[in-house]
Amino acid sequence: MTNSPTLIVMIGLPARGKTYVSKKLTRYLNWIGVPTKVFNLGVYRREAVKSYKSYDFFRHDNKEAMEIRKRCALVALDDVKAYLLEECGQIAVFDATNTTRERRDMILNFAKENAFKVFFVESVCDDPEVIAANILEVKVSSPDYPERDRENVMDDFLKRIECYKVTYQPLDPDAYDKDLSFIKVINVGQRFLVNRVQDYIQSKIVYYLMNIHVQPRTIYLCRHGESEYNLVGKIGGDSGLSPRGKQFAQALKKFIEEQEIIDLKVWTSQLKRTIQTAESLGVTYEQWKILNEIDAGVCEEMTYAEIEAKYPEEFAMRDQEKYLYRYPGGESYQDLVQRLEPVIMELERQGNVLVISHQAVMRCLLAYFLDKSADELPYLRCPLHTILKLTPVAYGCKVETITLNVEAVNTHRDKP
Amino acid sequence: LANSPTVIVMVGLPARGKTYISKKLTRYLNWIGVPTKVFNVGEYRREAVKHYSSYDFFRPDNEEAMKVRKQCALAALRDVKLYLTEEGGQIAVFDATNTTRERRGMILNFAKENGFKVFFIESVCNDPTVVATNVMEVKLSSPDYRDCNSTDAMEDFMKRINCYQASYQPLDPDNYDRELSLIKVIDVGRRFLVNRVQDHIQSRIVYYLMNIHVQPRTIYLCRHGESDFNLKGKIGGDSGLSNRGKKFAMALNKFVEEQNLKDLKVWTSQLKRTIQTAEALQLPYEQWKALNEIDAGVCEEMTYEEIREQHPEEFALRDQDKYYYRYPSGESYQDLVQRLEPVIMELERQENVLVICHQAVMRCLLAYFLDKSADEMPYLKCPLHTVLKLTPVAYGCRVESISLNIEAVNTHRERPE
Repeated sequence: MTNSPTLIVMIGLPARGKTYVSKKLTRYLNWIGVPTKVFNLGVYRREAVKSYKSYDFFRHDNKEAMEIRKRCALVALDDVKAYLLEECGQIAVFDATNTTRERRDMILNFAKENAFKVFFVESVCDDPEVIAANILEVKVSSPDYPERDRENVMDDFLKRIECYKVTYQPLDPDAYDKDLSFIKVINVGQRFLVNRVQDYIQSKIVYYLMNIHVQPRTIYLCRHGESEYNLVGKIGGDSGLSPRGKQFAQALKKFIEEQEIIDLKVWTSQLKRTIQTAESLGVTYEQWKILNEIDAGVCEEMTYAEIEAKYPEEFAMRDQEKYLYRYPGGESYQDLVQRLEPVIMELERQGNVLVISHQAVMRCLLAYFLDKSADELPYLRCPLHTILKLTPVAYGCKVETITLNVEAVNTHRDKP
Repeated sequence: LANSPTVIVMVGLPARGKTYISKKLTRYLNWIGVPTKVFNVGEYRREAVKHYSSYDFFRPDNEEAMKVRKQCALAALRDVKLYLTEEGGQIAVFDATNTTRERRGMILNFAKENGFKVFFIESVCNDPTVVATNVMEVKLSSPDYRDCNSTDAMEDFMKRINCYQASYQPLDPDNYDRELSLIKVIDVGRRFLVNRVQDHIQSRIVYYLMNIHVQPRTIYLCRHGESDFNLKGKIGGDSGLSNRGKKFAMALNKFVEEQNLKDLKVWTSQLKRTIQTAEALQLPYEQWKALNEIDAGVCEEMTYEEIREQHPEEFALRDQDKYYYRYPSGESYQDLVQRLEPVIMELERQENVLVICHQAVMRCLLAYFLDKSADEMPYLKCPLHTVLKLTPVAYGCRVESISLNIEAVNTHRERPE
């Protein structure tokens, strides 16, 4: 059963962060190379019932609605089956309340019939402030509530939650559910109960869930200032900043001061050009070897023209398959992602961070935050002297591009 | 509070694996570069009370013994304080039962006074088979029972455990202990309860505890068969096996068959020489780039003589501080350890595994299993054509060295005088 696909089953009352966790976890798993997809039952329900009227739909004594909702669940599970068996999916995240034993037993049978592993992720939260904040953040703007004002939405949604509470049977690790594999996330990560982790991927999922948080914060990504090698078009190596690069470092310092960020951590690689950039900021910074630029192996310190002349087949191969292509004696983007995973994990733990890195490295990090595919990743635009300001919002990440108006060469090569 | 030292406080009845976890966790933390030390109160007690007579010492109504035991705990905490404030320690593992709120309250005050973070690890297990096995594995051979036969020792130890039962107050994350940072390990890792993880290192500790297991299994470490570059004395590169290297691969195949293992996983690096070695085994194998040999940067594919001639200062620097020395544009042993950490984590999850790797890589892995320091690691002997067979036993690892009797060059360089 080592490579059986896995079905992750979310559990919890509405507004407990199930969709938030589903999307974030899926983004992470795809980034580390595990094909994962979310199947959100609400989406299926909105397809079946074109117009949502009120919480009455969710009353547990509304037989007609219960029928529709059950049918939607079965349709979603059909799609899960197709994804995992025919579309090369490795993990399917079934995002629904799944609050009754009856529903969960139905899912367990479905998984058993298809030889899928099952891992439950339950979110339990009784803090009314957290719930109200969730509702304001993601429910008020839901397709279910196109025109209503906040108060009415809040009122209807809270009544919707009450409908579920009547029949909610939380996971019971001491008796009924003691043989299931699951994690109970309590009060937005304050506490966790983990039962019977079966394998490597479940262990990584648990570790990830235990490291993420929902405190507001900002992540700044930028490259080192323009380097001497940038000026002559050489890749890799360990050159210092050019005069314009030094200007950028000064401008970066001013920018940071203007942002007035509380407790900003600054991270660099262990190559001169990022360290010199950080030095200008006059704040403490941490050097990470794993933030070093992609190792171009035999092509280190060459220009693209020199590479094309000396290694024409390698040059062509890289353009054909830029994500998987590994420089001889060097690395691929795929290798970079594996190398950067601890950086991402620590970024999730942290608050405000500025990461001063390199073109390929920044593309990998950006792809994680913006959910870009392996295909798009090597062509993301990360120009010199430009800062990307990332703020978590709703289910994703807002990104602002700030150019610091210091000229630099363009090191971007488009997809041929 | 970012770099406050941490006191890890073990909690649990006797024979619940506290010392096992303390030692294993400490070994892991030191290997990844976090200076960590165990302070086992039982050892302090044996120092204070030279001869253990019986479980009566542990009876809760034995006032004199209770005084002695408290003094021992305080002595241990004094040493914890020294280690964390004056000896460069980052983490101290306080290995004792710590089963009462009173004792834990005392430790929390101690930590607060000194600006230490506290993380509790409680081991809860009520499976009598597990407890009995633990007693047989590590208690019967304890200095406390050196003059005792097994049956008497077992009986006395069970009564000893009983002495703690009445006053045992497990951690209560729902109420009394809801503000504490802790992990409850239930039934040898079947279930975990984790509360208020404060920082990066606590998060790593939790992840580690959730990945280790106690199923018996064997880990085999060896290098690729002798390579063409080995014959020429060149380091690094990506050469194939020499004729003798190919013979080793065949011998390894025979050896693995004779071991008669159920479900052996085979791992190699992504360099030819390990892959070619694995190919001879006719078993599926997994390639890990993280298992590639240390990157010698500008010195790749050179012999040591060539390095000494062309990069004399680098050559000298490396011999002075082999663990931290990083080849220009290459790696250090320290970098290697960071690179290999996911391999170690996955090795902990697995059962029977054969890892076919390289000299420096094998030294790093071996240092983890045999608790060797950063100083010793770059000089561990890992000759070609020799398999190291590691079996977990009691609190550590038994190691058998099996030479497959195929000649090979010697690639080991001793520490210079």
